Amino acid sequence: MHNKSVAELSRELESGNVSSVELAQQFLDRVKREDEKYNSFITVSEEQALAEAKAADEMRAAGKATPWTGVPFAHKDIFCTNGVRTTCGSKMLENFVPPYDATVTANFRAAGAVCLGKTNMDEFAMGSSSESSYYGATTNPWGLGAGDKRVPGGSSGGSAAAVASRLVPAATGTDTGGSIRQPAALCGITGLKPTYGRVSRYGMIAFASSLDQGGPMARTAEDAAMMMNVMAGHDPKDSTCIDRAVPDYTATLNEPLKGLKIGLPKEYFSDQLSPAMEEQVRNAIREYEKLGATVKEVSLPNAKLAIAAYYVIAPAEASANLSRFDGVRYGYRCEDPKDLMDMYTRTRAEGFGSEVKRRILVGTYALSHGYYDAYYLQAQKVRRLIQQDFLNAFKDVDVLMSPVTPSPAFAQGEKTTDPVAMYLEDVFTIAINLAGIPAMSVPAGFVEGLPVGLQIIGNHFSEARLLNAAHQFQQVTDWHQREPK
Amino acid sequence: MSISREDIEKVAVLARIKVDDEQVSALEKDLGNILDLVDQLGAADTDSVEPMAHPLDAVQKLRADEVTETNQREAFQAIAPATEDGLYLVPKVIE
Repeated sequence: MHNKSVAELSRELESGNVSSVELAQQFLDRVKREDEKYNSFITVSEEQALAEAKAADEMRAAGKATPWTGVPFAHKDIFCTNGVRTTCGSKMLENFVPPYDATVTANFRAAGAVCLGKTNMDEFAMGSSSESSYYGATTNPWGLGAGDKRVPGGSSGGSAAAVASRLVPAATGTDTGGSIRQPAALCGITGLKPTYGRVSRYGMIAFASSLDQGGPMARTAEDAAMMMNVMAGHDPKDSTCIDRAVPDYTATLNEPLKGLKIGLPKEYFSDQLSPAMEEQVRNAIREYEKLGATVKEVSLPNAKLAIAAYYVIAPAEASANLSRFDGVRYGYRCEDPKDLMDMYTRTRAEGFGSEVKRRILVGTYALSHGYYDAYYLQAQKVRRLIQQDFLNAFKDVDVLMSPVTPSPAFAQGEKTTDPVAMYLEDVFTIAINLAGIPAMSVPAGFVEGLPVGLQIIGNHFSEARLLNAAHQFQQVTDWHQREPK
Repeated sequence: MSISREDIEKVAVLARIKVDDEQVSALEKDLGNILDLVDQLGAADTDSVEPMAHPLDAVQKLRADEVTETNQREAFQAIAPATEDGLYLVPKVIE
C-alpha cells in the first residue's frame, strides 16, 4: 500500500479493499520502523491519527466520504493542529500545543483525511537544508550509502523526505523563497507553491507575511491537484487571502498541451547551473516539445536582484512577526528572569537558533531609523521591477520553465557555516515569491543518482495550468515514480 | 557594507535578543556578508517605481464590527508559562 498514490489509496478505500483504520496503522507502523533513517517527523500523533481514521470509516459508512476520507498524510510542523504539538522546528515552541486548527488543517480534517503527524523543517522555515531544526537534521532518502548523507532541502525538508521515502503519500509544505520547490526537487517529488493569497495563511506560523504561501507536496501532479482542491479558497480569517472561485484542479489534468507556449528565462540557464543539471532540464523541455509545446527564450533582466530584495524583505517581516515570542503567553520562557527586559532578551536568546536570530537582527537593522528607505523601501521597489519582468514575459508565453536548483542535493554540513552560500541555493526560486506567482517542481531526471527538478512557472492563478502541464509530463516520463533504495 | 559592533549591540537591544561578546564577533562577519549581498539593491534605478507591499496590490477587506470569537481564556492560559487568577504573570515591572 505504501507505494500507492493518494488517488490510488482513495480508490482502495472507496472500493472497501482496506479500511481507514487499517491503512493508518500500516503507515504508522512504517513511519515507526523507517523514520529513524530520515528524521522526517518531529511528532508522530498515533493516537489522534487512529481516532481520525475511525471517524473516517464512520464518515464513509454514513455515505459522506470525500476523495480524501481515510487517506493518510502529514502536516509540516508549521500548521497549527488543535491538540497536537506544533513546534515550527524551534525550541521556542517545544511544548506548544495549539488550542486551534489552521484553516488548512481544518480543511483536511473536514475532508476526513488522516494526519499521521508533523514533519521536520528548518527552524521557523528559515533555511534550505532542514539542518537548522532544533529536533535534528532531516536526511534525504536519496544518496544514502554513497558517501556523505545528503540534505533533503528546506525548509519543508521533512515533508519532502517523508513523501520520497513512502512514509506518507502526501504532505503539506510552505514556501517563502523556495521552501516547497527546492526540497521537492532535491527529494524527487512534486511540489506546488500557489499564487500568493490562494491558500489561507491562518494558523500557519508566520515567517514573512507578504511572501509565505502553503502548498501541496506529493509524488504525482494528480495528488498535488487533489491537495489543492482541499487547501485553496477564500478565508475571512486571513485578510490577504484572495476571494476568487476555486476550480476543480483535477478536472483539467488531461487537457492536451498542443500549442502550449513555453518561455525559457535566459538568466536561469546561467553559468551558476551545472552542465549535468542543464542537460536534464533541457531533456525535460524536449519532452514538452514532443507533446506539442513551442519553446522560446525570454529575459527577466531584474531577476539577478531577487536574492538581495528577498534578504531585506523577508528578514524585515520576520523581525516583526517573531516579536510575538516573548515568553509571556505561550512557548518557552527562560529560568528565573530578574526583570522584564532580562526575561525577553534571555527567552529569545535561548529559544531561537542562530539562523533565526541572524534574520531577526538583519530585519531589525533594515527597518531601523536611518536605514528604512535605503533597504526596505528600495527592496519593495525592486520587488515591483521583478514582478513586472514576469508579467511582461507572460504576454508572450503561457508558462516559464527552468531548473529549480543550480545543483543536486548537497552534503549535510556543507553550507551550515556560510549563511550566504545557503541563501544562494534559492537563486532560481526566490523571484517567484517576490512576484506572488505560482510555480511547481516536477521530477525531471537524475545527476549522479540524485534527483533533478524542473520548475514550471505560471502567471497569477494559473495553478490548474501548471498541474496540467506537470501531469501530462508524468504520463510520458517515470522520474516521479523512482524510489530511493 | 560592514556593520559595527556598536550597531549590532544596539540592534540586539531593539530586537530583545541577548548577545555575548563572542556572538557579536560572529555576527559582525555574518551580518556584514548579508549586508554586502543586499547592497546591490542600491544600484537599481527605482526612481519612478511604487513600492510593492502585496503581490496583487490587494487592499485590506473590512468586516462588520461584530463579536465573532467566544471567550477561551482557560484554553489560552493553559499553555502560558505562568498565570494566576486568570492573569499572565511576568517579572515585576514597577518597583
